[in-house]
Parts: sequence; C-alpha cells; structure tokens
Amino acid sequence: MAGNTESNGAGPVKVARRGLSEGAFAWLLVAPAMAFIAVIVAWPLLETVRLSFTNADLGGEEWVGLANYEKLLGSAKFFEIILRTFWWMFLSVSLKLVLGLVGATLLNAAIPGRALFRVLIMPPWVIPVAIGCIGWLWLYNGYFGLISGVAMRTGLTDGPFEILAYKTSAFYAAIVTDVWVGTPMVSLFFLAAMQGVNRDLYEAAWVDGAGRWYRFRRITLPQIMPVMVSMALLSAIWTFNSFEIIWILTQGGPRGGTTTMIVDTYKTAIGNFKFGEGAARAVVIVVLLAVFSLIYLRVLSAVNKRYGVK
Amino acid sequence: MMDRYSPLQKAGLYVAIAVFLIFMLLPFFEMFMTSLRPMDHLFRSPYQFWSDSFSFEAYSKMWVTVPLLGRYIVNSIFIAGSVTALTMIFVVPAAYAYARLDFPFKSASLGIFLAVNMFTGAVLLIPLYRVLNTLGLLNTYWAMIVPGVAFLIPTGIWLLRSYLEKIPRELEEAAFVDGASRLYTLRRVVLPLAVPGMIVVGVSVFIAAYAQQFLFAITFNQERSYQPLPAGLFEFIGYQTTTWNEMMAAALVGVLPVMVIFLFLQKYLVAGLTAGAVKE
Repeated sequence: MAGNTESNGAGPVKVARRGLSEGAFAWLLVAPAMAFIAVIVAWPLLETVRLSFTNADLGGEEWVGLANYEKLLGSAKFFEIILRTFWWMFLSVSLKLVLGLVGATLLNAAIPGRALFRVLIMPPWVIPVAIGCIGWLWLYNGYFGLISGVAMRTGLTDGPFEILAYKTSAFYAAIVTDVWVGTPMVSLFFLAAMQGVNRDLYEAAWVDGAGRWYRFRRITLPQIMPVMVSMALLSAIWTFNSFEIIWILTQGGPRGGTTTMIVDTYKTAIGNFKFGEGAARAVVIVVLLAVFSLIYLRVLSAVNKRYGVK
Repeated sequence: MMDRYSPLQKAGLYVAIAVFLIFMLLPFFEMFMTSLRPMDHLFRSPYQFWSDSFSFEAYSKMWVTVPLLGRYIVNSIFIAGSVTALTMIFVVPAAYAYARLDFPFKSASLGIFLAVNMFTGAVLLIPLYRVLNTLGLLNTYWAMIVPGVAFLIPTGIWLLRSYLEKIPRELEEAAFVDGASRLYTLRRVVLPLAVPGMIVVGVSVFIAAYAQQFLFAITFNQERSYQPLPAGLFEFIGYQTTTWNEMMAAALVGVLPVMVIFLFLQKYLVAGLTAGAVKE
C-alpha cells in the first residue's frame, strides 16, 4: 500500500523516507496479540485477585478482606490437597522424565524400523486428552476392563477390583494416565536433543575404547542436560495444571482422593458456585506457579552456564 | 561400526521398544477391540480376550445412539479451524517483530506472552465466564474459540519466531535498501518465504486446538448442537447403560481427522516443535 508510492520516489537517501520507526512498527505488529491476551487472560487474572477478597456467589458479592485466605490457610483439608498436588506432580513428572529418557534412548538406536517407532509413540499426544481418557476409563473398569481382567485371570485379585473406586488405586491410576499423555512430548524433545549432539564426540570416545554406557553417561547426558532441565520444569508446570484427566477419570474422587489444587478450585468455584473462595484458591495456584517459573529461570541459566550453552 | 549391535543387543532393543509401544498404544488397541465387540460380550466378567463375533456394527449404530455425532465432529473441526485461523492472524505479525525487529520492552513483553503458558483456563474460569457473558458470547461457538485462541497465541509466537529467525536476513535487507517500506517487505518478501513455517505452526495449533476442546466447552457452552466431540461424547459416558462399543467407535472416528493430518505432516511437525531443543 503505502510502500509502493514511497518506494517510487525513493532517492539515494535511505533514512528520511521511512515514516515509522522500527520500534513503533514492531509494537504495531505486537499490539493486536497483546490486546487480546490482555482482555482474555490478564484482566480475568486481576479480576480473580479482586474476587478472592469477596464472598462472591450466585447471589452477589461483598468485600470480606482476607477472610477467604484465612479460611483456606487454616484448613487442614487444603493443606492435604497441597501435599497431594505436590506428590502428584513429583511422581508424574519423575515417571515422565525416566520413561521419556528411556524411550528417547531406545528410539535413538540405529536399528531398522526406528522411523516408524518414532511415529507410533505420538498418538497419545495427538488425540484430544478427553478422548484418551474415555479409553482409560474403560480399561480401568473393575468388572469388564482389561486391567482388572488380567489381574483376575492371573490370580492377582480374587474378583473384580474397581480401580477408580478406592482412594489410593484411583490416584495411581490417574498418574498412569497422566504419564501416558505426557511421555510422548518428553521423549520427542529428548530425542531431538540427542540427535543434536555432535557425532564427533561419540566417535572420539569410541576410538578411545569407551563403551556404550560410558558414552551415554559421559557424553549424551551432559550434552542434553539443558533440555532435560527445561523439560522437567515445563512438565512440572503442565502436570500441576493437569485438570481434564482427573476430572474425566474420577472428578476428584473417591472421597477427594484425587483432588489436586486445580480440581479443588474448579469444584469450589464452578461446582459449588463459591466464586470468592474459588478465586482465593486460584490466586494461591498463580503464586505457586510464579515461584516455579522463577526457580525455572534461575536453574535454567545456571545449567546453561555449567554446560556451556550461550 | 560404532553403531553396530550384536544380535542379542538388537533383540533386547526390540523387546524394550515393544514394551514401550504397548504402553503408548494399548488404550487405542483396546478401544478398537471394544468397538468391534457386541454389547453382551463387553459385559462379561471376568474379562475375555477373544470374542467369537467381532463386527463393525457399532460403527453404524453409533449414529443413532449419539444423534448429534456428525455434528460434534464437524463442530470440533470448525472450532479448531477457527481457532487456528484467528491465532495465526495474531501470531504472524507478532512473531515477525520478535524474530527481526528491535523495540522497547521486547524481552519483557515476550516474557508476558510466555507467562500465559503457565496458566490453564481452569484458574480463570469465573472472570472469563463474566467477560464472555458481557461480550454476549456464552453458548456460542465463540465461547470456545476466543479462550482457545488466547491460550495458543504464546505457543504460536514462540514456534514461528524460531522458524523466522532461520530465514536469511539478506533478502529483507536488500528489499529495504531498495526502498521498500517495512510493511511491503513483510508482505512481499518475508511472508512468502515463511509459508512452510506458517503451515507447520498452523497445523501444530490446529492439533492443540482440537485436543483442548473439553474444559471451555463444558463450562461456557450449554448449547448441545455447538458441542465439540469430547464434550459431546462425555455426556454419554458413565451410566449403567453406556454403550461402550459405540462410544469407542465414535471416539476413534472422531480422532481420525487429526490422526490423518498428523501422519501426513509428522516429519515437519516434529522438526518444528523441537526446533528449540536442538543446538544450532
């Protein structure tokens, strides 16, 4: 548009004809996305903070100061939910990282068929989480599901075992499904990092007589360490936020056995219409996530420094 | 030489890969087998691995049991498609700015975008509900599209930015020196070169948008005929009378569109997603 007319009359002088400075032009390009985020994410976030100081529900709202927070922090149940959330996060993330590392190492081996195997690990990530969970729901069925069926046939259990009906088994079942959803992405990133390692390093070590395990420990692991650290922390954030899996499998039950902070927030705000109390829970989550992110950035820059990434 | 395995090592590798793949694919396999079994074979306890009458009957009966199934699948594609189109409109200019230009608060504003990735819609549902209500968007397709776009913009900017950074600067600089304006350079020089990257990012956004259609749908939309597949199917799950074979058939048919797209483009998608993990 304007560009055509401007360029026609252009002489040798390059600076004078450009009306828009680089900074102004850049902000013009970024502004629409920024405005959208401001309305749909930033403003609701501020509104959540405000609501957390009220007793908002379907009937209206009144300022109650810190009452919601006092109630929350004084409740043993909330403390239990925080502990459960961290246990959920720790277990699930550890399993994803270990499986992801094992999976990436296997898929990185130079054997026929590896291109196909790499495609075959991705479906859990490609399909909608909710659809995968419907499959798991049936697998976990105590009377007719595959898992309980195998347990009965092999004599592991005497009769039907309703996996999702008991606090402990439901919790670990939800973890298995969460790991199933998260592992493909972790494997994929580890694999990409492994393939980025300079082959000369391996060849030099090999010539010196280093075995596979030695090469893995002394070359692969340190080389992919920055990716492992960033994946660990990103995965922690995603796992902390995991909602759909738990909601579809157990809705936070049985008797709260799978209620993590996210599920608790949803149940309070949307299930029981206690908007104010739900908002206070959301604020606690946001604060925790912000702390994570700070730790994340600190650790990442320390790791990058240590392993010589710019 | 270095990569050679003994037959025993090779066998071990294949066994380990098989175990890994069984974990990843078991639910799909079982969903498929379930979809082939007649109902009375499904409700046999203890579980029986073999049924003597496998059939594709569920694939025709499901359209009757879930009358809006076709609609749900179309909705899913429509919502994911709209989310993708809108997201790209926001992402392309912003990603270009972050890849190429220097401006005040560049890293701070990029940090704000990336911080959005730390939240899930679940913590913002109440105010988001009110925003959508004020805008009159509740119980419309927009109720699912608008939040979907917001939560995908950051990832889109991040992915496309790293792609754009790989395009050589010389072409732009040449056009710029020749007197083209910034906007002209962006439209006529950069965008055509960025088409492959935009396709990769667009498809990644589409898959993500297809995958995340549950929470916003069950919270912001009560209108059944607008529901996407996961939310639509969820209504039929968990009752004593759930026709599991038909649910599985419906679920498998419903994920077919994304699976096909993924299979055709997987090589590019994987490269695009993991660009940041590989050192240059």
